[in-house]
Amino acid sequence: MTNVPIEGMLLPNEKPNHESPGNWKEYFSFSTDHKVIGIQYLVTSFFFFLVGGIFAMVMRGELMTPESDLVDRTVYNGMFTMHGTVMLFLWTFPSLVGFANYLVPLMIGARDMAFPRLNAVAFWMVPVVGIIMMGSFFIPGGPAQAGWWSYPPVSLQNPTGNLINGQVLWLLAVAISGVSSIMGAVNFVTTIVKMRAPGMGFFRMPLFVWAVFSAQIIQLFGLPALTAGAVMLLLDLTVGTAFFDPAKGGNPVMFEHYFWFYSHPAVYVIILPIFGIFSEIFPVYSRKPLFGYKVVAVSSILIAIVSGIVWVHHMYVSGTPGWMRLIFMLTTMFVSVPTGIKVFAWVATIWGGKLRLNTPMLFALGGLIMFVFAGITGIMLSSVPVDVHVNNTYFVVGHFHYVLYGTVTMGLYAAIYHWFPKMTGRMYSESWGKIHFWLAFIGTNLNFLPMHPLGLQGMLRRVASYAPEYQFWNVIASLGGFLLGISTLPFIFNMVISWMQGEKAPDNPWRAIGLEWMVSSPPPVENFEEIPIIISEPYGYGKSEPLTANLSNHNPD
Amino acid sequence: MNIQKILNILTLLTGAIAVTVISLWIGKQSYSWLPPQAAAESVLIDDLISFLVTLGAFIFLGVTSTLMYSVIFHRAVKDDFTDGPSIEGNITLEVVWTAIPILLVLWIAGYSYQVYEKMGIQGPSEIVHLHNPLGMESAYAEAKDAPALAEPVEKIDVLAKQWAWVFHYPERDVTSTELHLPSDRRIRLALRSQDVLHGFYIPAFRLKQDIIPNHAIDFEFTPIRPGKYSLTDSQYSGTYFATMQANVIVESPEDYQQWLAKIATQKPSPAKNQAAAEYAQTSHQSVQTGWVTVPPAAPPLVNSPG
Repeated sequence: MTNVPIEGMLLPNEKPNHESPGNWKEYFSFSTDHKVIGIQYLVTSFFFFLVGGIFAMVMRGELMTPESDLVDRTVYNGMFTMHGTVMLFLWTFPSLVGFANYLVPLMIGARDMAFPRLNAVAFWMVPVVGIIMMGSFFIPGGPAQAGWWSYPPVSLQNPTGNLINGQVLWLLAVAISGVSSIMGAVNFVTTIVKMRAPGMGFFRMPLFVWAVFSAQIIQLFGLPALTAGAVMLLLDLTVGTAFFDPAKGGNPVMFEHYFWFYSHPAVYVIILPIFGIFSEIFPVYSRKPLFGYKVVAVSSILIAIVSGIVWVHHMYVSGTPGWMRLIFMLTTMFVSVPTGIKVFAWVATIWGGKLRLNTPMLFALGGLIMFVFAGITGIMLSSVPVDVHVNNTYFVVGHFHYVLYGTVTMGLYAAIYHWFPKMTGRMYSESWGKIHFWLAFIGTNLNFLPMHPLGLQGMLRRVASYAPEYQFWNVIASLGGFLLGISTLPFIFNMVISWMQGEKAPDNPWRAIGLEWMVSSPPPVENFEEIPIIISEPYGYGKSEPLTANLSNHNPD
Repeated sequence: MNIQKILNILTLLTGAIAVTVISLWIGKQSYSWLPPQAAAESVLIDDLISFLVTLGAFIFLGVTSTLMYSVIFHRAVKDDFTDGPSIEGNITLEVVWTAIPILLVLWIAGYSYQVYEKMGIQGPSEIVHLHNPLGMESAYAEAKDAPALAEPVEKIDVLAKQWAWVFHYPERDVTSTELHLPSDRRIRLALRSQDVLHGFYIPAFRLKQDIIPNHAIDFEFTPIRPGKYSLTDSQYSGTYFATMQANVIVESPEDYQQWLAKIATQKPSPAKNQAAAEYAQTSHQSVQTGWVTVPPAAPPLVNSPG
C-alpha cells in the first residue's frame, strides 16, 4: 500500500471546477465518484419511497371500510403488488446501497470503490428499473397484480392476451434490478477485501463495513437463484415453456423455492447494514466503545451463513413435508442467536454511557425497540404450529413492517441525519428532526401494531374487503398509515432547507471516531490526500489512543 | 459503596420480578386475542402461542426497560462532552448471553415440535412418502393414543377454484358450498385445486394448508365445538381473492347425518357466487375503473347452494 498520492490523482485543492461536490449538476451526471453515486442512490430511492408510500395510502384508504369500495379490486391488487416491489427493489435496497457507497470507501481509507465505472452503471440501472415499473401503469391491463411474490399460476394468467403486459414488465424490471445488485455486490466485496488502508485488519474495520460485507456476500449466492426463477417464469409467460405451469405439468412449488431461496436472505441483505448503522450510532451518542466488538462483527457473518438455510419457513403450509418444516424451524430460530448477541451488545453499549438524544440517536433507539418486537414475533412465526395459524395473515404483515419500517426505515432516517453534515457540509434542524421522529415513531406503532391482533383473529393479507369485525383495528392502522405519510413532510422540508441554507457543519460535529469524520465536510474528491495508516481498533471512546498515524485525529482526548 | 451495591441488586431484583409478573399476565391475556377454539388442534396451538407471548413479553420488557432506564438516568449533562467509561466487553457476559438464546431456541423448537407431532395434520401425501428420513410415522403413532386424534372417520373432498369452494361428500355423493362437519370426529379432507394456488384456512381451527394444482393433499383435524365459522382462501388467488369465503358448520354427528340425508334429496342447482356477481356488474359498467381480469369460473352446481 502506498501513502504517496497516485500519479494523476486529483488532490482536493487542485480539483477542476466541474467535479466540485457542491455543484448540484454533478448529481445528474454519470459521475464515478462513490460519494456522488451514494447520494444519487439515496435521493432516487427516497423518491420511490414516496411513490410506494402513495400506493400504501390507497390501500389503507380502501381498508378503512370492510367493503371493496374505494378502488376496483384489480387496482387494489396492482397497488399492493407495486407497493411491495417498489419498497423493496426501489427503496430499501438502493438506499442502503447508497449509504454503503458513500461510507465504505471513506470508512476503510480508500479513494473510491474498486470499480468506479461499474458502480455508476449499477446505479443508472435503478432509474431504468423504476421507469419500467411505473411504465406498466400506462399499458393496457395495467401493472402486475400477482403480489410481489408473483407465484405462478396467478402470475402466468394473462387476461389481456398481449405479449407486453404488467407481469412481463415486472419480471424484466426485477431481473435488471438483480443484475444491478450483483454488479454492486462484486464491487463491494472486492473493495472491502482489497482496498483497506494499511493497518486496517478485518478486526479494525467499522461494524458498518462488516455488515455491508456480510450482506453483499448473501447477494452473491442468493441473487442468481431469484434471477433464474424470474427468467424461467418469464419464459413460461412469453414463450410457453412449462417450468412452473401446472396446466402443462410444471410445478409452481419449485418457483416458491427459487423465490424464497433469495428473498428471505434478502431481508438480511436489508437489515444487516441497518445493524451496522446502529453499531456506528450507539457508541457516538453514548460516548462508549461498542461493547463486544469482535463478537458483533462475527455475528454478521454468522447471519449471512445461516441465511442460506432458512427459506422454507415461508412454505410451511405450502407443499412441504413434515421433516422439512421441522429442520427449517430450527435453522430459522437460530438466526435469533447472532441477532440477540447484537441487541445485547447495543444495550450494553448504551448502559452507563453519557447519552445525547440527538435526532439520529432517537431514530436508532426507536428502531432498536421496534426491532426487538419484530424479533419476538419473528420467533413466533418460525414455530411451525403458530405459523400454520398466522401464515399469510396480517400478523405476518405486522411483523414484516416492524422489520422494514420500524427497523429499516427508522435506521435509514438515523443514518441520514447522522451523516447529513458530512454529506452536505451543513447541519440539519434538530427541532424539525425531533418532530419527524415522534410523528414517525407514533405512526409506525399505530399503523403496524394493530396488524398483530388482526392476524391472530385470522384477517388475511392481500384482501380488498374483509369481515366487519376486523374494522376497528383497520381504521386505527389506516390512521397510523396516514400519519406516517404526513411524517415525511417535516423530513423533506428539513432536508431541502438545511441543504440549501443550513448552518455550516464542522468536519466532525458529533465528535465521532471514524475515518469519515477526519476528512472535510463534504469530503473532497478521492477522499484522502494521504491514505491513512490505521493503528488502533475503531470506537476508541474514553481512550486516548489515536485511530491513525498520519491524519489529524478528532478524538476529543 | 456496599450499600450502593445492595441497592442496585435490590432494584434489579424488583425490576426482574415486575417484568416476570407482567409477562405472565400478558401471556394469559393472549388467549383472548384469538378466535374461539373450535378444533382440538387450536387448543394445542393457543397454549404454544401463550407460552411464546409470555417469553417474548419478558424479553421485550427486559430490553426496553433497561434502555429506558439508560435514557432517563444516563443522560449527558449539558456541555459535558467527555467520554463515558471505556468498557469494551466482558467475556463471561458475552458467553452467557449467547448461551441463553441457544437454550431458549432449543426449548421453543422442542415444544413446537411436540405440538406439531400431536396435531398430525398430514400434508402433500406423495412427498411425505417419497422422502421421509426423519420418520414422521411417530406422529401418527402418538396421534392414535390421543382419543381426539384417532383414525379419520369422515372423508370429504374439497375443490378450490377461482373463486369458489365446492365440497363433495363421497359417502352420499352430494355436493355443497357450505362445509358441514361432525363434531368430535377426525376429519380427513382431500384438497384439490382446479386452477391456481389456493389456501384452506379456518381461523377458528388455527389450521391452514396450501392447495397446489396437480397435487393430492390430505389434511386432517378434529372439530370440537359446534357453531358457524368461516373458511377463507389464504393463498392469494387473483382478482376476487377476498371473496373466496365459505361457511363452516360444525354440528353433532346426528345433525350432520340428517343434513347429508336432506341434501341428497335436492337437485343440483347453481350456487350464489360473489365473484361472478361482481364480475357481471363491472363488465356492464359504461366507464371501466379497473383493469382487465380473469373471468370467474361458472358458479358450481351443488345439492346445497348454501
